[in-house]
Amino acid sequence: MAKVPVQFTLNGSEKAEFIDSGTTLLNALRDKIGDTSPKGGCHQGTCGACSVIIDGELRLSCLTLAETCNGAAITTTSGLAEGGVLHPLQRAFLDTFATQCGFCTPGMIMAAKVLLDHTPNPSRDEVVEALSGNICRCTGYEPIIQAVLTAARANSQNAA
Amino acid sequence: MALALQTFPTVKDANAALKAAGTRYLGGGTLVVRAANEGDVSVSGLVMSTDPALSAIAAAGGKVRIGASVTMAAIARHPDLGPLAKAARAVGGPAIRNMATVGGNLFAPAPYGDFAVALLALDAAVGTEDGELPIETFLARRDGSRSIVTSVSFTLPKADGFRFLKVSRVKPKGVSVLSIAAVLEQAADGTVSSARIALGCMADRPMRAKAAEKALKGKKLDQNGIAAALAAATEGIAPITDPIASAWYRAEVLPIHLGRLLLA
Repeated sequence: MAKVPVQFTLNGSEKAEFIDSGTTLLNALRDKIGDTSPKGGCHQGTCGACSVIIDGELRLSCLTLAETCNGAAITTTSGLAEGGVLHPLQRAFLDTFATQCGFCTPGMIMAAKVLLDHTPNPSRDEVVEALSGNICRCTGYEPIIQAVLTAARANSQNAA
Repeated sequence: MALALQTFPTVKDANAALKAAGTRYLGGGTLVVRAANEGDVSVSGLVMSTDPALSAIAAAGGKVRIGASVTMAAIARHPDLGPLAKAARAVGGPAIRNMATVGGNLFAPAPYGDFAVALLALDAAVGTEDGELPIETFLARRDGSRSIVTSVSFTLPKADGFRFLKVSRVKPKGVSVLSIAAVLEQAADGTVSSARIALGCMADRPMRAKAAEKALKGKKLDQNGIAAALAAATEGIAPITDPIASAWYRAEVLPIHLGRLLLA
């Protein structure tokens, strides 16, 4: 299988790799680049565990081919903390017990980040809609919704 | 298994590459990469085109042309496509809508393909390099289609003339029990002068409810006026059975949801 070059920005740093053509972004991130924060859940586009942000848009890395991301800016949950200080969403997920087994959490946080980037003070319905492509089998969702609303409040207090 | 992806700047070159056995066109990836991930060994190579016309939306004078690579999210937020936003938002969750394309939706097997149901009600024309086909003809022949879909074109309905409904068990995002789209025109006295009704999940692909359309003509949109259309709604259907619902259940609830859509 011919190798193809891919080059993109991951969490602010340049990455370049040779991969097998047709490799999904999820596999490239996890197996080649070593960012294991996006999880492989269903590989069908149903569970949202592999969600990443590509050029500001939420995408499923399990259904995206890595070579279609050349030149893109990709954000994953592992890039959110700065200097050991958790991102407000990560802090809120911990504080509201929104994570149990943790497998869905990075995808949930990506979906929530895109929401808060565009809608800093979302309604509960907007949070539910934003997380609707992400499945959690542990928490019953309520703590996750609360975590996103808590992070939004923390952001607006910091901005004030 | 990894798949070799070939990218071409023009649709013409991509169409030529697509003649090779085992190749599939890669749109948003929600159908074809999913198939590969599931172990579909019939997919051995992928072809895509970066032609910018595939990603363009042109709306002028009530006519709309949507490039086949336009995503559901782009349709949902486009200021000129307001009447279609509900149908575009019915597809998947936010991430899927950022990826799933109009062209791909035409090929999505039931229970997917809710946007294609809307396009069928709108009597869209499906464009390829060989010209345009009425969507009904296109859908009937889609399994043998080897020419890349480049666009869909239709006349934009008036906001109150287009109705869409998707029924799912999980909200806000769930797989379809069924979906219904209708383009209705009413005369000054309120009677229906023309109706196109399309159904999702009532066959392996979107289909027209022609008996119901006929029964609705000349009738008012009230309980009595729609009765004959509801009685005829199940004519010719062969609903799918899947983990969401049985064929029996889908057939039972179709008239109820059609009634709600028509009386809305």
